[in-house]
Parts: sequence; C-alpha cells; structure tokens
Amino acid sequence: MGGLFTETFVASLLFGAVTVGIPLLLAGLGEQISEKSGVLNIGIEGMMLIGAYGGFVAAYYTGSFWLGFLAGGISGMVVASLMVLFCVILSMNQIVIGIALTIGAEGLTALLHHFQFSRSYPRLSEAPSLDIPGLNDIPVIGPAFFERHPLVYLSILLVVFVAWLFRRTHIGLNLQAAGDNPAALDAAGVDVKLTRAGAVLTTGMLAGIGGAFMANVGAGIFVPFMIHGAGFIGIVLAMLARGNPYWVLLGAALFGASLALTTALQVAGLNIPTDVVQMLPFAMVIVVLVLFARHSYLPPSLALPYHRGER
Amino acid sequence: MTARPGEVVSSVSRVLVPIVLALVVGGLILLALGKDPLAYYDYVLQRGLFSWSGFQQTVIRSAPLLLIASGLIVAFRAGIWNLGVDGQFLLAAVAAAALAPLLITSLPSWLTIVICCAVSILVAMAWSLVPAFLKAQYGLNEIVTTLMMTFLGISFANVLVKLPFDDPDNSVPQTMTLPVADRLGRLFDTTIHSGIIIALLAVFAVHFVMTRTAFGLRLQIVGANPRAAKHAGMSVGRLTYATFALSAGLAGLGGAVEILGVWGTMRADWNPAYGLLVVPLVFLARFNGIAVIGFTLFFAILMIGGESASRRLGVPNFYVLVLVALLLIFLALVEYLDHISRQRKKA
Repeated sequence: MGGLFTETFVASLLFGAVTVGIPLLLAGLGEQISEKSGVLNIGIEGMMLIGAYGGFVAAYYTGSFWLGFLAGGISGMVVASLMVLFCVILSMNQIVIGIALTIGAEGLTALLHHFQFSRSYPRLSEAPSLDIPGLNDIPVIGPAFFERHPLVYLSILLVVFVAWLFRRTHIGLNLQAAGDNPAALDAAGVDVKLTRAGAVLTTGMLAGIGGAFMANVGAGIFVPFMIHGAGFIGIVLAMLARGNPYWVLLGAALFGASLALTTALQVAGLNIPTDVVQMLPFAMVIVVLVLFARHSYLPPSLALPYHRGER
Repeated sequence: MTARPGEVVSSVSRVLVPIVLALVVGGLILLALGKDPLAYYDYVLQRGLFSWSGFQQTVIRSAPLLLIASGLIVAFRAGIWNLGVDGQFLLAAVAAAALAPLLITSLPSWLTIVICCAVSILVAMAWSLVPAFLKAQYGLNEIVTTLMMTFLGISFANVLVKLPFDDPDNSVPQTMTLPVADRLGRLFDTTIHSGIIIALLAVFAVHFVMTRTAFGLRLQIVGANPRAAKHAGMSVGRLTYATFALSAGLAGLGGAVEILGVWGTMRADWNPAYGLLVVPLVFLARFNGIAVIGFTLFFAILMIGGESASRRLGVPNFYVLVLVALLLIFLALVEYLDHISRQRKKA
C-alpha cells in the first residue's frame, strides 16, 4: 500500500470528496433545517432526484450551469410544496408522505427520462470553475478546493450562514421552538405552520440544488435512480449533527471522502469490484451510527403535526 | 360486534377511493405523456388477469409479495417501520441460491428446500439485527437505519453473487442453478409453484398470532404506546428484537420462495425491490392479514400486466412506482379526512 498514497491519488481523493460531499452537505443542511422545525423529511431523497432531473434538463437545453441549479432548486421546492400541503397544512402522516414522494420521484423521473431521451444518456460538458488566485496553485489541495464551480464555495459559506441563522436570529429561534415546543411558539404569536412550511421549502430548495449538483457537476449525466441513498445519508448527517451545521459539514466531508475513495483507488489502478466500493459509504453510516448512536438527537416534536389546542 | 351498514360503506370507500383516485390521476399522467390510459389499463387487465398464463404469473408473483406483506404487518402493528425488507429479502435469496445447488447433490429435494428456507430466514433475521439493536438500545429511528441496511445489502448481495458464490461454468455472474425438477413443486397442472401455499399459510399464521395471542397483543401494545407497555412491565427491548426478527424472517422466506420456486439461481444485480411497493397494500388492508391477500392479488395483476404493457405499449414499468406513490398519498388523504370527520362528530 506504500506506493498507493501518491500525490495524484491524494489529489483525486480530495477532488472526489468535494464533488460527492457537496450534495450530501446541502441535503444534510436542508434536512437539519426541516428537522429543527419538527418535520421529519423522508421525502428528501425524492426532492434530490427531481432536482437532479430538472437541473439536468435545464442545464442540457440552456447550456448554463447556473440555470441548471436554479431549475434544480425550483424542482426540489415543487416537491417540497407537496410535503407542505400534505404534512404541514393538512397534518397528514409525514413518514407515509415522505415515502410516497421518494417512490413517486423515482417513478416519475425514470418515466420522464424515458420519454425525453429514450435510451440515450447525453452528457454535459465539464462544469466551469472559478479559480481562486494564489490558493489554486497549492499542489494537491489547490485543484480540489480552489478550482471549483462557484456553487462549491457558496455551499461552504452556507454552512456559516445557517449556523448564524440558528444562533443569532429570530428565524433560528422560531425554527427551534417549532420543533421543541410548538405550543409555546404558537403562544408567542408566531405561526407554527408558516414556520414549518418555510423550513420544508428551504429543504426542498437545498435538496434540489444538491441533486442538480450531483447530476450536472458530479456525474455530468442523468441516470434514473441516481441519487441512490444520498438523501437518506443526509438524514443520518442531520441526526448525528445535533442541530449544529458544522457537524453536518464534517460528516459530509467524511462520507464524501469514503465515497470518493472508490474512484480514487480505481484511478490508482487497484482492481476493486464496484459493488465493494458502493458498500463503503453505507457500511460507514452503519459503523458511525453504532458508535455514536448515543449522541444522536432529534427534536421532541419531530414527525408530529401541530394542532392548536390539542395535547 | 356487528358493523352497521354505514360503517361498512365507509370502510369500503376508505379502500376504494384511494385506489380509484390513484388510477385516475395516474391515468392523467399517462395522458400527459401521450399514452392512452384506458388502453393501458385494459391491456394490463387482459394480460394480468384474463389470460390464463398471465393469471398464473400473477399468482406466482403474489407469493413473495404476500410474504413481505406479512412481515410488514408484524412490524407495522408493533409500531416499527421496517423499511429494510428489500435488503433482508435479497440476502436471504442469495443464501437460498448459494446453498440449494450444493445440498441437492446429497439430500432429497424436500429436505434441501426446508434447510434453504430455514437458513434464508436466519440470514434475513441477522441482517435486521443492527437496526433492531440501535432501536432497542438507543431508540434510534429505524426508518433510516433499515434503509441504509438495504443499500448496503443490495451491494453486498452483488459481491456475494459475483465472488464467492459465482458459478464458474457460467459466463454471466450468477450462482449455480437448482435443477427445475428439484424446485418447489407445481400445483396440479399449472405453472404455479407451491410457494403461494407457504405464503398464504404465513399470512394466516401472522393474522392469528397478531390478533388472537398474548404475544400479538403485547406487540400491538408496544406499537400503540411504548411507554404504557413499559409501565405494564413488558420488556420493550426484547419485543423490539422479536418484531424485527419476525418481520425480517418473513421477508427472507419470501426471498427463498422466489429463488426456490421461480429462478433456481440468483443473478448479479437482480433486485426486484418489492419492499416499498408493498407498503401501501399493507396500509390499504389496515394491517389486516386476510384483507392484504386481495390487495396483493390486485397489485400483482398490475405488475404482471404492466410488465407486458411496457413491452407492447411502450410505457416503462416505472409507471407502477408512480401509481404506488399516488396510492400512498390518497390513502393518507382519506385517512386524514376520516380523522377530521370523526373529530367533528365527537365535537
């Protein structure tokens, strides 16, 4: 193994970790916002998938990556608005609707892809990058972190912004109250359903952008079922992060690295079956959960609809 | 307790309304994609129900679906969301496919089948151990953990089929094949294998255990109110393990039956992913083991008919996923409206 950790190996590992980690980060942050407000968003996998399809189609026909991300975010919000309608406004079962949205998104995107592209899988050109002068010349780290699409930088900044939002603003406090003690928030004169609706829509937007990133930047193509559990990993990240966005960032980086390890090992010429590689992230999730399950935290009112005056 | 006519009507409509709405909205989606929904549904019925070979296929498909459904009934009644049945099903299938061709060389076929089923059940149970542990020990939400175990299981099953259990005499990565003569016996003159009998027995057994025994009652109490169960002196942790084991074991038996009855071998990348599709059927049946038989048959018609429709009418079978999603949404909607109207009556 000594010869394995060459400069190219580490460089491709880091580069891949960022590429794979960004969608996980966006999904994890989105899920965190949703869960904080008391909505368990199992449908996030579906939001990412629809975002990936919408984002890919937009980028494919307009040639603009920004329009792709915009379309991805809007597509995710469309799915999220269904979740708002069913789970926040109508107080229907969050788990059933979450499963339904995920299955429905799988079926719908596969159908749409079939009717739009038949059996062809058109490829996008490589995503344009914004080079950070000076920093991008650093060997190994430079290409991985400082020669990326601007959305990568924005996503990292988003972590700081969400942390600030949670700790320093009324919006953050309201979100937390909606999950911890919705009745108290209601008594304070803040609309619980509106707070939760905003949270879920934000989740949908972030998940959709994350999905679009996966399709447009990560893969360059759209393949049905391509999210393959990334949304669910986002839920795990949110569960373990105990409401702290920086932990989501750390988790996304770790999982991103473990996912990228496969590609990097293959680049290094090691012959590992792809199936073993695909097991890695999920095996890691399970190990992490067994080790840190004690520390996971979910708000008391999670997955419970709020009815005024009901106990 | 006899049901009043009004209650019968409302419980029938609670079931029919979601199905009809899902078929109608699904039809509108087909229309939007430029396909004739009536022709599609007609074709599905022709091929899935009214043709003799299609009907036999429908019954054959019902066997694994029913076993998964009975596993889900146990879990859902006990308040546990075992969404990892696909992983449990697949690994059990691998076990049966790997073991059966080896055993058959020295054992009679009935004994081979019994041993394979038993091992499959144990494998599936083992695969549910981690989520069960995390739930029982730390109260960790099982939805996420069981889903993760399924993603892990899909890839793990492929690794097993491609590496240790690969049949060297076959260029396609797959396990050795159990000869047709040694598979589950056929019923009378049909192509239907006896797995459907196993599945029906399992459904009846689950229904009996859940509704007529003290053990079933305990599971239901844990499901309805874990804190009350704890106060009543029940070992919630142990019951959680028992629920996972039973639920996964039944799904695993489904995997064994599908291999020993239909395929005789397991190919790499084979993953029918029945698990989540069965969830709405179990809800439609309101966790009732007898009712779930009818819904499973209905759904099997849709699947078998849909598979031939995808070849003939150019509507990919992914459409069934859309229908399942719509079913779930309308089920939840009807449930919600029902809840509202009952509250109005109370107030």
